[in-house]
Amino acid sequence: MQMNKIIKIRSENINVFYKDFQALFDIKMNIEENQVTALIGPSGCGKSTFLRTLNRLNELIEGTVIKGQVYLDDIPVYDKVVDVVALRKKVGMVFQKPSVFPLSIYENVAYGPKIHGIKNKKQLDSIVEKSLQAANLWKEVSDRLNSPASRLSGGQQQRLVIARVLAVEPEVILMDEPASALDPISTARLEELIAELKNKYTIAIVTHNMQQAARVSDYTAFFLNGEMIEFNRTDELFVNPRDKRTEDYITGRFG
Amino acid sequence: MQANNIQEKILTFVFWFSAFIIVGILLTIIFYIMYRGFSAIDLNFILQAPRHAGREGGISTTIVGTVYLTLVSLIIAVPLGVGAAIYLEEYASRKSKFAYLVNLTAETLAGVPSIVFGLFGFVFFVIFLQMGWSMLSGGMTMAIMILPTITRTSQEAILSVPHDYRENSLAVGASKWQTIHRIVLPSAVPGIVTGIILSIGRTVGETAALILTAGSSLGMPLNLMEPARTMSVHLYILAMEGISMERAFGTAFLIIILIVIINYMANLSLRKLSQAKS
Repeated sequence: MQMNKIIKIRSENINVFYKDFQALFDIKMNIEENQVTALIGPSGCGKSTFLRTLNRLNELIEGTVIKGQVYLDDIPVYDKVVDVVALRKKVGMVFQKPSVFPLSIYENVAYGPKIHGIKNKKQLDSIVEKSLQAANLWKEVSDRLNSPASRLSGGQQQRLVIARVLAVEPEVILMDEPASALDPISTARLEELIAELKNKYTIAIVTHNMQQAARVSDYTAFFLNGEMIEFNRTDELFVNPRDKRTEDYITGRFG
Repeated sequence: MQANNIQEKILTFVFWFSAFIIVGILLTIIFYIMYRGFSAIDLNFILQAPRHAGREGGISTTIVGTVYLTLVSLIIAVPLGVGAAIYLEEYASRKSKFAYLVNLTAETLAGVPSIVFGLFGFVFFVIFLQMGWSMLSGGMTMAIMILPTITRTSQEAILSVPHDYRENSLAVGASKWQTIHRIVLPSAVPGIVTGIILSIGRTVGETAALILTAGSSLGMPLNLMEPARTMSVHLYILAMEGISMERAFGTAFLIIILIVIINYMANLSLRKLSQAKS
């Protein structure tokens, strides 16, 4: 359907070890630009570990060894010359538990831009407004930007975290089970937001909720015991799984 | 049912009684000190320098000495202690032998009696480095003494900052230091301030180690190389040498007030800092 697919992220033979334990085996995956790629699989299958190799967040855990290479626009991410901080600015991440900083709503969103050297108040104001609007939160908070972010509801906090990521103008957004701590209504709003965001950003999302993967993603990868069992267009994978194990998982025989 | 009710009532009373005893003891001490010391205290007692070894005049120089020495020890110990805590919690590897050694040292030093530090300070700062009995010698000795407290409490404060904050900060492209300085440290401030308050209490209350290192001069301490007498040392000497019990109690009363003021100010700055944050 797309004439010229652009590959935004390409992983080549990614192997991850935590001390003696091998968490990922030879993961090869192409993540397409402006598409939503979902990573599914049972707990401990390595889907989050894989997501965290894409912005090099795994190496914060002591004893982690990563072999293989990830390319972002053909730039080798694990090359020695790559600036990790610049990489993480391009590849933003949203985590399972909405974690707002103990700052005001405004300061939470302005945090990234300030770190990256923007001091001009007007410019910051406009970034904060734009990011909150993009995260569908502006209408709810525009009259209380200076109140503590911790007073927002869980769903609002998660959208604030997304606004904070958007404020540094990333190209890719990684989401690690972003809806798992949210109620159904907040989850629905988050899914709407993901559908809007993919027009501008490339999104990879880890989810334990298969319906969610089916609803929001264009591509789905099924992980099991550190291996990627199947990777296909979401409509294909859920309707015509090629591997027996994928079929067993999506039909709920284990998980 | 009935038995349970009686048990609850007895236990409630037992716990209430423990709380009552604690408050009772503290209030008794404070009121007794006020009662005995109140007659000694007037404006002159606070504003005048001691005369005749403290038999006459006030205790102004010892108030200045106390505040001065406390500041010197904090200026040395806070940056070092907080710095060490940042290294241990944020930079050092869990397996690092050096970090293990630093932790072990801090733990051991925390349990060493103050007079041992005093003896060391006397031999090292006063004699070997020829700094003499001075506020610098005393301040450095106190700094070493409070360093473990400040390091340990800062470590705990840094450790209690949610790990999520760090990952979320890194995820928007902040460097490690930016994350520590903008997110971790501001969140850890309350815990760090608690350590500082405990340390101030130790310095204000210290006697023997300070007699050995800062001396017990009654003159007004003006610069760091001059000796000084703190209020606690003054109290000790007034009581020990039988100079004046009334004045000893007066001094004790002012020490309590000084501690209350310091704690109040620390809490106030704490509230300011956390307001600025949220």
